[in-house]
Amino acid sequence: MKRLTEEGDLMRMATTVRKDIIEMLVKAGSGHSAGPLDLADIAVALYFNILNIDPKKKNDPARDRLYVSPGHTAPVWYATLARAGFFPVEELKTLRKLGSRLQGHLDRLTTPGVESSAASLGQGLSIACGCAYAGKLNQLAYQTYCILSDGEHDEGSVWEAISFAGHYKLAHLTAIVDRNNIQIDGPTEQVMTKEPLRERYEAFGWHVIDIDGHNMEAILDACSEAKAIVEKPVCIIAHTIPGKGVDYMEFDYKWHGTPPDKKQAREALKQLRTLGGKIESSDI
Amino acid sequence: MPIPKSAHLKRDTLSPDIDQVPTRDGYGIGLVELGEANEDVVVLCGDLSESTRSNKFQEKFPRRFIQMGVAEQNMAAVAVGLALNGKIPFVSTYAVFSPGRNWDQIRISACYNNANVKFAGAHTGVSVGPDGATHQALEDIALTRVLPRMKVFAPCDVEEARKVIHLAAQLEGPIYFRLSRAPTAAFTSEKTPFAPGKAPVFYDGKDVAIIAAGPILHSALLAADRLIERGISCRVINAVSIKPLDEKTIQDAARQCGAVVTCEEHQIYGGLGSAVAEFLATTHPVPIEFVGMKDSFGESGTPEQLLKKYKMDTEAIVDAVRRVVRRKRS
Repeated sequence: MKRLTEEGDLMRMATTVRKDIIEMLVKAGSGHSAGPLDLADIAVALYFNILNIDPKKKNDPARDRLYVSPGHTAPVWYATLARAGFFPVEELKTLRKLGSRLQGHLDRLTTPGVESSAASLGQGLSIACGCAYAGKLNQLAYQTYCILSDGEHDEGSVWEAISFAGHYKLAHLTAIVDRNNIQIDGPTEQVMTKEPLRERYEAFGWHVIDIDGHNMEAILDACSEAKAIVEKPVCIIAHTIPGKGVDYMEFDYKWHGTPPDKKQAREALKQLRTLGGKIESSDI
Repeated sequence: MPIPKSAHLKRDTLSPDIDQVPTRDGYGIGLVELGEANEDVVVLCGDLSESTRSNKFQEKFPRRFIQMGVAEQNMAAVAVGLALNGKIPFVSTYAVFSPGRNWDQIRISACYNNANVKFAGAHTGVSVGPDGATHQALEDIALTRVLPRMKVFAPCDVEEARKVIHLAAQLEGPIYFRLSRAPTAAFTSEKTPFAPGKAPVFYDGKDVAIIAAGPILHSALLAADRLIERGISCRVINAVSIKPLDEKTIQDAARQCGAVVTCEEHQIYGGLGSAVAEFLATTHPVPIEFVGMKDSFGESGTPEQLLKKYKMDTEAIVDAVRRVVRRKRS
């Protein structure tokens, strides 16, 4: 796997991943659009730059770990894992089909590179805490990352995990919250108040960094900073635009759990292709 | 002698003076032995270290003892994170909280992941006693048995509990075992056979098969011994391994005895009795009577009072055997 260091290369890869997501979703005929699209920049930054991982050594005890708690964002992780060499890109079109290694929600036992199955919200951070604690016991210096959705902070179990990480000062743990401000039934602050999210994490003993979740440089810098903080766990609140890259999806909570139809997908791909004009044409 | 030599039960098994020790003590003893034998064993505790006996492990291996506070959902999933990274975590708290409160974490994070987590459910059955209904787990077998990839054990005494703990550490994948608070007969020995998917016969007979799991198994032996005087010969089978079930032993017993009584300190819906009935219904249907909790909550009282009131004592097993014999003959 080739590590990408140039911001432009990472951004182009993120666009490729977004294109993959649209193609996967339209083929599957069901699935989530908004979250996967808004996580593309973060996913690419992690797999192509930040994480110390190698698809050829998936079980290396020294590797960095990424746990994704919102399992419904599966398409962005499948696309990124495929592009990073964990399995053939061709396989992406089997998403949600019978017998596929790409289940509707993340399944560790079937998909190469997936560290944990997930979907029922509010569990991933606890698993990441266990991983970080195991690193302490085993005296391994790997970094544990956890992706959380903002909506899942409604779950009390998330706060149990936040409390645990703060109590045990799990410094090798970095949580990245996809703060896209939407959940299934509407804007997050209407469904259930999340704010002040920064202060809430801080009150539990975390160091918090707010970033623009679509700014590659900001993502890389925040992850470097998180690694450098050795006395507490770090939460990166990544402010993102749901449906990022497809104008008719952006900011609209209705695209949380809906795939585009063929016509909408054609439009989405056209929009993504014109970004930099370097994306090859796609036929669906 | 109806107790087979191969069972290696203690000589005073049927004596009223037999030693009384709670199965949770076997957990404490087993954990310390495991801690010495295996560096990867870690124990997670939900603010109940004394009453689950995990404090024994804590004293010897403080670094590998993780205090989780009263947060059972986080405890289950943290254990998964530890297991996915090479540790063998034992999750200790009352069964009413785990699997009671954290069943979703056990379903998705532990079982769907096939994570190597061991769940110890303490304080099961009405014999928890004076704490009352809130603390008497009577649904835990049903909650765990229904989960794919999960194995379920209910040890009958302190020594068997110790063996279950050792087995749990060796057997890959999620495992649940239930423990009890009240001191009960310590009647098995180190030589008593124990293996997953095996149901050893503890008392030989031919008229009725009593299939029991947990400390109630000792009451089943006493019942069998009383019934033999009334001309009813019972075969008592130890179903410690509720999942996987020893289908061969159970089918043979149904075929040879023609009637079955199941015994457990658990709701009759979804527990051992259900497992036996589900299996026999499709293989060798025979009359079955269920000794267990009949769709109700417990209450405060002494273990003896509660087992009598809710019909899970020796007398109740004797009655169930006589009922099933009548059905078999009619």
